[in-house]
Amino acid sequence: MSILVGNDTRVVVQGITGREGEFHTRASIVYGTKVVAGTRPGKGGQTAIDGKVPIFDTVAEAVREAGANTSIVFIPASGAPDAVLEAVDAGIATIICITEGIPALDMVPVVEAVHRAGARLIGPNCPGVTSPGRAKVGIIPASVHVPGRVGVVSRSGTLTYEAVQAMTDAGIGQSTCVGIGGDPIIGTTFLDVLRLFRDDPETEGIVMIGEIGGSAEEEAAAFAAQHLKGVPMAAFIAGRTAPPGRRMGHAGAIISGGSGTAAEKIAALEAAGVRVADSPTQLPRLLVEAGFRP
Amino acid sequence: MAVPEEPSGGLPDTAGSPRPPVRPATRRRFPLLIRSAGMPLGVAAYFALPLSWRGSELPGVKIQEADAKSLLLAQGLPVPPWKVARTPAEVEAAARSFIEAGDSRVVVKAQVLVGGRGKAGGVKLAASAAEAVQVGSQILGMNIKGITVRKVLVGAAADIVKEYYLGAIVDRADRRITLMASAEGGVEIEEVARQNPSAIHRVSADPLLGLLAFQARALGLAIGLRDPLLNPFVAIAQGLYATMKANDADLVEVNPLAIVAEKAADGSTVQRLVCLDAKITLDDSGLARHPDLEGLRDLDEEDPTDAQARRLGINFIHLDGTIGCMVNGAGLAMTTMDLVKHYGGAPANFLDVGGGARHDTVRGAMELILADPHVNAILVNIFGGITRGDEVAAGLIEARAKQSRDVPMVVRIVGTNAAEAARLLQEAHFETATSLDEAAQKAVAMSKGAAR
Repeated sequence: MSILVGNDTRVVVQGITGREGEFHTRASIVYGTKVVAGTRPGKGGQTAIDGKVPIFDTVAEAVREAGANTSIVFIPASGAPDAVLEAVDAGIATIICITEGIPALDMVPVVEAVHRAGARLIGPNCPGVTSPGRAKVGIIPASVHVPGRVGVVSRSGTLTYEAVQAMTDAGIGQSTCVGIGGDPIIGTTFLDVLRLFRDDPETEGIVMIGEIGGSAEEEAAAFAAQHLKGVPMAAFIAGRTAPPGRRMGHAGAIISGGSGTAAEKIAALEAAGVRVADSPTQLPRLLVEAGFRP
Repeated sequence: MAVPEEPSGGLPDTAGSPRPPVRPATRRRFPLLIRSAGMPLGVAAYFALPLSWRGSELPGVKIQEADAKSLLLAQGLPVPPWKVARTPAEVEAAARSFIEAGDSRVVVKAQVLVGGRGKAGGVKLAASAAEAVQVGSQILGMNIKGITVRKVLVGAAADIVKEYYLGAIVDRADRRITLMASAEGGVEIEEVARQNPSAIHRVSADPLLGLLAFQARALGLAIGLRDPLLNPFVAIAQGLYATMKANDADLVEVNPLAIVAEKAADGSTVQRLVCLDAKITLDDSGLARHPDLEGLRDLDEEDPTDAQARRLGINFIHLDGTIGCMVNGAGLAMTTMDLVKHYGGAPANFLDVGGGARHDTVRGAMELILADPHVNAILVNIFGGITRGDEVAAGLIEARAKQSRDVPMVVRIVGTNAAEAARLLQEAHFETATSLDEAAQKAVAMSKGAAR
C-alpha cells in the first residue's frame, strides 16, 4: 500500500492545457499514473497530451464520465481557490494544489470547505505526492525515487528531491513522498501525514523535512513521542542560518519574535527521540541507526 | 505500521473526520468556550500568543501608521484626524490647525516601520505650534534602529481614560482569522503575553461567516467593556476583520484602542472608543489584486537590493557572510546556507531563483550577488525539476563573460538536463561538484583562500 495516491488513483488535471499542467501531466503519464481527464472550461470534448487525455468543461463531468477520484490543480493563484472548491463540489476525495502565491485569506474558507466535505487537500504551494512505482501526482522528478518502505513528508520542493535522492542513492526506497507545501495556510499538516503513515502497513520508517516558521514541526514531534514509538524516524530542518523577521522564499518560512527557529524545532524533535540530520545526505544513515532495516 | 493506537483523550484524529487538528494541547481553549450548533466559535484566554504573530517582526509588507490609519478609516473605524509632515514648517502648519480647532495639545510621532519608536524618543507631546516645531525638528532626521525618520504624524493629543489592545491576525495553526484583545493596552502585547498571559483574550472568526457580532461582543465583555461602549467595540472589532479582508492583510493591530474623554457640544464630557495607533502588514501574495496598496511599500526603509530582486522575480535576502549562494527552491536555498555554515563558512545571501529559471534570471541573480563587495566565493546549487540544468549553465557562462569582477565559483547541477549542463560547464572550465556537501566544502575553501 501507500498513502494518498496509489494504484487506484484516477487523476483529473485542472488546467491541463497550461504550460505547467501539460508538462507535468506528460511526466505523470510516462511514470504510469492513470490520468483519466483534464479540465479546461470551454474546451470540453477536445483532447490533450497527443490525444491521450479527454478534456472536460467541469470537474463534475470528469468524475461522471471518466471516474476521476483525485485532482491536481495547476490553475494560477487567482483561480486556484475556486478550482479546489469545484473539485470538492464534484466529490473528489484528494485534491493536490501545486499553485504558488495564493493569498492566505483566500485559503481560510477553502480549507474549511474541504474539511466540512470530508475531502483532503494537499498544499497549496506544494510539489505534490508520489507513491513510487504506483502513481506520481505532482512535480517531483520521477528519477529521484525507488519504491520502498519509508514515508517522506516535507514542507519544501527541491529540498525534498535532494533528501529523496540521498535515500535512493543509499538504497532506501520510499512508500510515499508527500510535499505538504510552504504556505501559512495549508490543507494537510505534518501531523495529518504522520497519522496516515502510522496507519499504512507498508510504511516502516519516516523521514520528515521541515523548515523555520510556525509550529507544525513541534506538533509533529509531540505526536511522534506519543504515537510513533518504535518507528524509525529521521528529520532535517532547513533554516538554521536564516535571519529573524525575514520571509525565506516560502510565505510560511519566517522566524517571528524569536519563535519558529530551526533550533527550537530540532530541540523538540530530539526531545521526542527523532534524530535530526545536519545535512540531507545523513538522513539514510540516521534512519538505519534509528532501527530501519533497508 | 505496528504502533499502539492513540489513547482516548489524545489529539483529535482527523483520518476520516471532517475537522482538522487545529490545536495542540498547550493551546486549548479555556473557560470562556462558546459553542453553537457544532461550530466551535469561542473566546478564550490563552497562555501564549499565536505563533504566527509577534510584534515587531512580522511577515508581509509593513506600511506606515498614517497609511494604516487610512485603511481603517476606509472601513469606517473611528480614527482621530492626523496630518503627515516632512519638514518643521509642515509640522508647524499641522500643529497650528489642530490648536486653532480647539485642541490644547498635539502629539508628534515618527513614521518608521521599526518597533520601539516611543522608547527611542520618536513620540512627543507639544502644547503649542512653536513647541511642536521644536520636537518635530528633533524627531525628523532622528535615527531609530538604523532608520532615519523622514516624516512624522501630527495629531491632536487625546485625553485618554483607558487603553486596550485589539489585533487581528491570520493564525496558521487555527487556519482562521483570530482576534486578540486585552485590557492591558498601550504596551507591547508580547510583554503582556510574558507577564500576564491570562489578560489576553481571543476569538477565532468563523472561516465562512466571518467575525460574528456575538463573538466580538464576547471579546469586548472579556476585556471588561460594558454599555455604552460595548456596541462601538463590536463595530470596531468587525471593522478590523473587514480591514483585513479588504486589503489581504496578515495583521491589523490597534494599540492602543482607547477610551477618550471628549467635550460634547453642550459642554458635557463624553467617552468614546477610538483607534489611536494602527499597524498593518499586507500579504505579499495579495498585492497583485491591490495595485493601490503597492504604493504603500516604503522604499526609503527597504534594502535597494530587495527592489531589484522583486523586478527579477527572485527571492533574495542579504546576509553578512562572504559566500554568495544561488539556489532553486526556498528550502534548498536555506539548506545550502546551513551547509556553508556547517562547513565553517558564512553565507552572504539567501537567493532562490525560483522554478523554471531561465538564463537571463540567472544572469541578473549573479549581478545581485556580485554587487555585495564582501562576496569572495560563489556556490551555485541547482536541483533541476522544472528548472533545466543546461539553461542555468548557459546563464552562468553568459554571466561570467559579462561580470564586473572575477570571484571563484563552484557549481553543482543535478536533475533535469544535468548531463548537458555538466558538458557546458566543463567546456567553460567551471569548478563543479556532485554532492551538496562537496559543493559547500569547496565554496568554503575558496572563500578562505580568497581571504588570505
